[in-house]
Amino acid sequence: MSSKRILTDKIFEYLVTIIALTAVIAVILIFVFIVKEAFPIFFDNEIRYDGKGNEIATMSKMFLPQVIDGQLDFRWQPTSDIPKFGLLVLIVGSIKVTFISIIFAAPLAISAAIYSSQFAGRVFKEIIKPAIELLAGIPSVVLGFFALIVLANWVEKVLGVKPGLNTFTAGIALGIAVIPIIFTITEDSLSSVPKSYVEASLALGANKNQTIWRVLIPAVSPGIFAGVVLGFGRAIGETMIVLMASGNAGILSADFFDPAKTMPSTIAVEMGEIATGGTHYTVLFFIGFMLFTFTFILNYIGDFVVHRFKKKLAGLR
Amino acid sequence: MRIKSFIMLLLLVTFSFIYCGGRKTSTNISISGSDTMLELGKQWALLYEKQHKGQTIQINGGGSGVGINALIQGRIDLANASREIKPEEIKRLEKKKWKLITYKTALDGLSIYINEKNPINELSFEQLKRIYTGEITNWKQIGGKDSKIILYGRQNSSGTYAYFRDNVLLKKDYSPTVQELSGTGSIVRKVAQDIDGIGYGGKAYTMGVKVVKVKVKDSDIAYAPTDENVASGKYPLTRDLYIYTTDKVLNGKKKGDAVEKYIQWISSEEGQKIVKDVGYYPVKKTN
Repeated sequence: MSSKRILTDKIFEYLVTIIALTAVIAVILIFVFIVKEAFPIFFDNEIRYDGKGNEIATMSKMFLPQVIDGQLDFRWQPTSDIPKFGLLVLIVGSIKVTFISIIFAAPLAISAAIYSSQFAGRVFKEIIKPAIELLAGIPSVVLGFFALIVLANWVEKVLGVKPGLNTFTAGIALGIAVIPIIFTITEDSLSSVPKSYVEASLALGANKNQTIWRVLIPAVSPGIFAGVVLGFGRAIGETMIVLMASGNAGILSADFFDPAKTMPSTIAVEMGEIATGGTHYTVLFFIGFMLFTFTFILNYIGDFVVHRFKKKLAGLR
Repeated sequence: MRIKSFIMLLLLVTFSFIYCGGRKTSTNISISGSDTMLELGKQWALLYEKQHKGQTIQINGGGSGVGINALIQGRIDLANASREIKPEEIKRLEKKKWKLITYKTALDGLSIYINEKNPINELSFEQLKRIYTGEITNWKQIGGKDSKIILYGRQNSSGTYAYFRDNVLLKKDYSPTVQELSGTGSIVRKVAQDIDGIGYGGKAYTMGVKVVKVKVKDSDIAYAPTDENVASGKYPLTRDLYIYTTDKVLNGKKKGDAVEKYIQWISSEEGQKIVKDVGYYPVKKTN
């Protein structure tokens, strides 16, 4: 019986190891695939130039302003007569939407985390935490629909901004999706602060308010930072909400009430129609490569900070 | 013991799935492409499936470009398109040694929508061009009230996007302020809500918006996209709605015949009646 048990244990162990490795291999393969499809943009002249030898997708065409109708302008119009791949339109669009979402979500999520970990009674805490975490479970298409139907009208009527589908609307809807990420990480870090910190502060005569602002928040600032960074990573890759709520117009401007076009939603809309291996295809993969690298770095920073922070606190306990 | 019975169960489930898969007797025709033709395609499929038991038809939108691309890649049987196939796309087919087969299935008058409260009644190509390239930005410049024009349009994989650019903007680029929506339905919904909005799309979708009359030159008489004007070609934005396929699909052993039968049915009186019911104009006369 016992040898049989050892055997089943071993089989199970191998099985689980293989499954775990599959995930790692999948990530590596996806990255290799994206790089393989995107990198011709740097050297393949058939992709960088059109048939007549004009540049269409070189670095300067994609990142520098182009003369269009006698004016310097950035345009993303990949299917027009002379294709225009002004990537800056999409990059700035993505950053603008993400920026709004973080500005909206971070204060709310952090305050909610402070409340839930420091002030809320046990019963109330049991309600708040799962409720906020449930926000993460709302399908993004539902949030997008909410933004399209409710939020956009509200922005038009209350703020008097036209059109109602714009960077701001998309940012707010996206913020709702980001709140649970920042909340969860901040809440976790706040709960992992040793009791002795708070007790020492209170014993020295500080009140609760002072303790939170001067002791707790400085102690968990790496955790808050990590939460915001991870939230940023989630927000910049989000496709559906932004596609539905941003108005999807390729305007490059500093105005947060202009419609915007973002990197992920552009890939989603345009990937279906294009010839495999063509210029448009390669440029979309290049955008995918930038997004992948960007979120990878952000997630790495976030995880690294959280990890070190937990270690530090564990050493103190 | 428990593991053993679990594995047995797993095997049982797997095999029963394989068994079910093997018993399939129906054929499936897959179609994708133009959003303008999506509703029409759905109505065709519904009636056809009802009349022919065992025949399933799967239809998706995405834009004419999406459909044509999927056809070239051999992923679908029929591509709906609201624009003509481009020379580059034919070249890609030729590379695969496939021959393109074209069917004209319906006529559409590409319509210009504005809000019902907008006093404008007719627009010329020149005005439309200047509006959509961003030269005219205020309704008062063309005789409306003093407010900003909000431009709605289709995403760049759409056949309607391409048709409008080639024929009205004369291949010039759209203004970057055009909000690109996926589907004519979304445009109509937006323009119905937005007093300052303008949009374009098929003539079958016009719930809650005003359809303006269109003329080529400022001095011409403007026509509305009614059935008569589309049929006679007086309406200047009259276009064909196509179904594309390849000889490879039609000669396919498994479902070549089924696809051919379906296309013949579409151009039959019954199929063309649906064209009329949905709101387009049939290519063949029906009673």
